[in-house]
Amino acid sequence: MCVPVTLHNLSAGYDRHPAVHHVSGQFPDASMTAIVGPNGGGKSTLLKCLAGFVPPMTGHIDFGGLSPRDIAYLPQQFEIDRTFPISVLETVMLGHWPRTGAWGRYTARHRAEAMDALALVGMRDFAARPVVSLSTGQWQRVLFARLSLQRAKLILLDEPFAAIDGRTTHDLLHVLEQWQGAGRTIICVMHDFALVRDHFPQTMLLARDLVAWGVTAAVMNDANLARATASASHWDDRAGLCAVDKGAA
Amino acid sequence: MMTVDLTSPAFHRALLGALCVSFGSAPIGVFLVLRRMSLIGDVIAHAILPGTAAAFIMYGFSLAAMSVGGVIAGLAVALAAGVVTRVTALREDASLAAFYLIAVAAGVMMLALHGSAQNLEDVLFGNAQSLTPDAVWMMTGTCAVTIVTMLAIYRPLVVESFDPVFLRSVGGRGGLVHAVFIGLAVLNMVESYRAMGTLMSAGLMLIPAISAQFWTRNLRMMIAVAVGIAAVSSISGLVVAMGAHVPPGPAIILIAGAIYLFSLCLGRFGSVRAKYFPARHLAH
Repeated sequence: MCVPVTLHNLSAGYDRHPAVHHVSGQFPDASMTAIVGPNGGGKSTLLKCLAGFVPPMTGHIDFGGLSPRDIAYLPQQFEIDRTFPISVLETVMLGHWPRTGAWGRYTARHRAEAMDALALVGMRDFAARPVVSLSTGQWQRVLFARLSLQRAKLILLDEPFAAIDGRTTHDLLHVLEQWQGAGRTIICVMHDFALVRDHFPQTMLLARDLVAWGVTAAVMNDANLARATASASHWDDRAGLCAVDKGAA
Repeated sequence: MMTVDLTSPAFHRALLGALCVSFGSAPIGVFLVLRRMSLIGDVIAHAILPGTAAAFIMYGFSLAAMSVGGVIAGLAVALAAGVVTRVTALREDASLAAFYLIAVAAGVMMLALHGSAQNLEDVLFGNAQSLTPDAVWMMTGTCAVTIVTMLAIYRPLVVESFDPVFLRSVGGRGGLVHAVFIGLAVLNMVESYRAMGTLMSAGLMLIPAISAQFWTRNLRMMIAVAVGIAAVSSISGLVVAMGAHVPPGPAIILIAGAIYLFSLCLGRFGSVRAKYFPARHLAH
């Protein structure tokens, strides 16, 4: 059973500069939301904040009873060292971590489930391959297989389709839709507006401040997108203190 | 003419010591290399020198004191380098280089002022005769502790090495795993310096691990190959050292070095041969 994830007046960022600024709202239960907006608009920061990697500066997140192990986070690809000598199957098996932890033994059932997860993303035949030999798209498929084994209720993905070919994107979007159908909540940072319009029922448009959040067709209109672009170009190294905090904090 | 009495207890102790060092150090070296921390291994080895020298000056040739002094100095420099990297703008390789050069100078100066030339050479390059029964017992104990601990932290260490963000996202204690790993590295360097000398002990940790990269892309195989190369080098190096009365450290490292050059030229993956004389391409 999943409950909505709610942001209450959330700000987060680095070196006192908020990258996400006083955002409030709700990701409904079992929803699939795209976060879009200009570069530097706080999309990745918001995701890291949801994943527990960046603490809020103001406000808080109400996970509605989800524990950290119910949350899975897939960062941008370059954060992983793919020259490490590890096989595809070994990588996917790590998805069992919430159940095995650091010491739990892998059983035949764990292995069979990992092979099923690889089959889900069309990578069953690659199980024994070292990860260094995979293409970018194949590697993203493997990471999706690992995600699926984590059985998280809230899944956070940071630009999962950047530099991925059309066929793979299509296949993996289908996997996301299956997960949503199974009652999981999906939050996904996206750049490709066409994909967002076609596949994501909900959209959050973020340009440091929240521009719009709700049903995709209502959010992704020209006026909102123009506002997002305009507000992103304001950046001041000598910014004064935020006025909102005087009342809110 | 070099002769070694293969039945002497001294030779058997040397053999056991060499095997312990190989089984303890080589797996740690593999992870150091894969984590791009080869330089840290070198730094720790050199950092041990002033600690051992200080203990030697204060307590004489005491096994326990010199080990404790080495471990303290090694951990202190590893910690200091980490803090300096985090706190100042200096990049990690630069701050590490500065630390270990200072440590070596301090250690050599201490031994030069208070010890003899022979002490200095033994500490720097090892002395097979110093593998007393007590010393070999300590090496065996260190080896056992290392193997058990490495098995215990194996899975998180693998994840921390290649996908630390994932480890964090599933609630793994990456920092703790890293600290335990560095602690094991220090412990093994300290235990191997008696046979190898402080200047050479990083060599037996790193050179077999680097050589193993050329032979396999499977982590467990890589560890096995590294242990094998370390064992062959250290046993044959000790035999040469005992027979020819040369310091064992350089003898062991030169043999490991020859295996490295062989692997570099003829290994299966990423070697000179693989680059310039590749096997015929496959059908798919």
